[in-house]
Amino acid sequence: MGKNTIKLVLVLMLVVAMLSGCAQSTAGDMTIGLVTDIGGIDDKSFNQGTWEGIVRFAEDNNLAEDDYKYIQSESDADYLPNLETFSDSGLDLIVAPGFLFFDAMTEVAAKYPEQKYLLIDSVVDASNVASAVFAEHEGSFLVGVAAALKAQDAGKDTVAFLGGMDFDLIQKFEAGFEAGVYAVDPNMTVLVDYAGAFNDAQKGQTIAAKFYDQGAYVIYHAAGGTGNGAIKEAKDRVINGEDVWVIGVDKDQYSDGIYEGEKSVILTSMMKRVDVAAYTVAEKVLNGEFTGDTLVFSLANGGVSIPAENPNLTAEWTATIQEFSDKVVSGEIVVPVLPVRLQ
Amino acid sequence: MSRLKKLLMDESKYQITVPIIAILLSFLIGTLVMLFTGINPLGAFKALIRTMTGLNLEQMFTDKMFNMRYVGEFLTTAIPITLTGLSVAFAFRTGLFNIGAEGQLLVGATAATLASVLLDLPAFIHVPIVLLSATIAGAIWGMVPGYLKAKFNVHEVVVTIMMNYTALYFTNYVLKALPGSTLIKTVKSNPSGTLESDFLSSITNGSRLHWGIVVVALAIVAFWYIIEKTSFGFELRAVGFNPDASRYAGMKVNRNVMFSMMIAGAFAGLAGAMISVGTFDYGRVLVGFENYGFDGIAVALLGGNTAIGVMLSGLLFGGLKSAQPLMQANGVPMEIAKIISSLIILFVAMKYGFEMLLRNYAEKHEKEGK
Repeated sequence: MGKNTIKLVLVLMLVVAMLSGCAQSTAGDMTIGLVTDIGGIDDKSFNQGTWEGIVRFAEDNNLAEDDYKYIQSESDADYLPNLETFSDSGLDLIVAPGFLFFDAMTEVAAKYPEQKYLLIDSVVDASNVASAVFAEHEGSFLVGVAAALKAQDAGKDTVAFLGGMDFDLIQKFEAGFEAGVYAVDPNMTVLVDYAGAFNDAQKGQTIAAKFYDQGAYVIYHAAGGTGNGAIKEAKDRVINGEDVWVIGVDKDQYSDGIYEGEKSVILTSMMKRVDVAAYTVAEKVLNGEFTGDTLVFSLANGGVSIPAENPNLTAEWTATIQEFSDKVVSGEIVVPVLPVRLQ
Repeated sequence: MSRLKKLLMDESKYQITVPIIAILLSFLIGTLVMLFTGINPLGAFKALIRTMTGLNLEQMFTDKMFNMRYVGEFLTTAIPITLTGLSVAFAFRTGLFNIGAEGQLLVGATAATLASVLLDLPAFIHVPIVLLSATIAGAIWGMVPGYLKAKFNVHEVVVTIMMNYTALYFTNYVLKALPGSTLIKTVKSNPSGTLESDFLSSITNGSRLHWGIVVVALAIVAFWYIIEKTSFGFELRAVGFNPDASRYAGMKVNRNVMFSMMIAGAFAGLAGAMISVGTFDYGRVLVGFENYGFDGIAVALLGGNTAIGVMLSGLLFGGLKSAQPLMQANGVPMEIAKIISSLIILFVAMKYGFEMLLRNYAEKHEKEGK
């Protein structure tokens, strides 16, 4: 009986294999895959934002449901095999959000030279990898303007910047913010401090308390999880009757700052539009314009911006911010990337 | 059919039949879950087959039919969880519950990174030193709860859980303090001190498969030898069955408890080296646990705490884990694989229930026979 059973099983396997081969649909216009980091697809940050960009692109171009998909990584040991799995199936574009993918992307790009990749927020120098970076200083300039307008309105003269770690990327945030504040009122004081970590909410709260005690009215944080401490400090103070504000970073943090009903301590946010980056590069692939270059997403192409809805900004201020934005785009204002203290 | 019946009724084979029933039932329920939620279960099975054999059922008889890289990645995933499985199983045999494999793994991984980053020696001496550091570090981390258990009768579960957290933060501190480390990783290890293998990588189409596969094989043999073939292993098992009787028989129960935890820690420490100088070639600062230790508990449970069982269940769980990218690419969410592996554990834990059912079935059958 043994031999016959084996034969039967083998034949069945072949039949199943052939049927499934036939069932494969013909390739659509374009196929896109996203590999998320360990934050998962619904992290309210880079992964989710990038996926939203891909979905928008797919809907605008009527891609079939099967043609755009994601793989979630459970640990960083998964980054490479996940990228390789998509690469094996020969998608038109594979997207990875965040600098954590740098090593895996470098390796996989060399292994699959024909495959097109997009790495967001980090640069891999390979002809088949498009790297998307952001003009953080330009976006920070706009929120600097917002901070100064808000402070002026309340008769205050001090705002503050809380950085995660003191290196060139975060210094761009500081420089832009500072320039934005001075563009409105050169006599304002901008306090600056760095927490030395992106995941230390405790330290963030301590520094925020210090800033507020020194008379700061608005704090702009570019400190990831550390910044959550600043938001918490602001909430505590507002609940106790003080009048202080925080400016969010990377995404619209309005909901993080809600302390009562719909009221939030988040004045506005400097958004890095990873969705725009994903959309733009996908479009380039579709139009056959893909190049393995570094693409800068700035105010001009909507890669950095403040949220569309800003309940804590008046229409007048929003208009002023828009004017400044236009000037940056037209080149009338050139936002520095180095803060005053380092010039 | 009658042969199957006989097998099911054979009480001496319960150790094998019960886990197999558990696995089959889990896959069955997993398939039902997929059907009910509108997911094509074929996608999951195709992914699993492709991961474990490299065979692509969708592209038979084309040049893409075989891709050994998937097998390489599958084995790479199975390596550390098989070792943590051995760690948990070893402690189980002495009646101890080692929840601390995770922490022992972390200190082992860090010790291996230290030895491989800081030293620069010829490979034939460097690799043994790296592996030895990982083993010793894991053993020390396992010794603490063992000592506390032996000396003060502090329950090992409490101590090992706490020591997992201690290990996480301690190793992060050490890794960040190494020269050249960034916030997320250390500098690259010296190539002479890693398990990387161009040969294994090339025969598996460029996967990350490394010499750790040999280390695991040796560890499985060592486990089997210590437990089954030495008087020390016999004493450990005796302590596991009945510590009081063992003490009465003149065995040093306390000493054995401590040694058992040390050896368990050594296996887990070795698992750490598999990751830090095998899968990766740099030390990683972790944000949280990666659950290799908990996977080890599952592997040991399914494997019935025997060497060969741990090897097989390590392969199964490794397969389920490493099939996830392909499953997701086939439209099967990552949770399905987790549901299946959790069900396996659940059913294995219901071992006595299954045994009772099988016994009832056997009795009934016997009566009918008469």
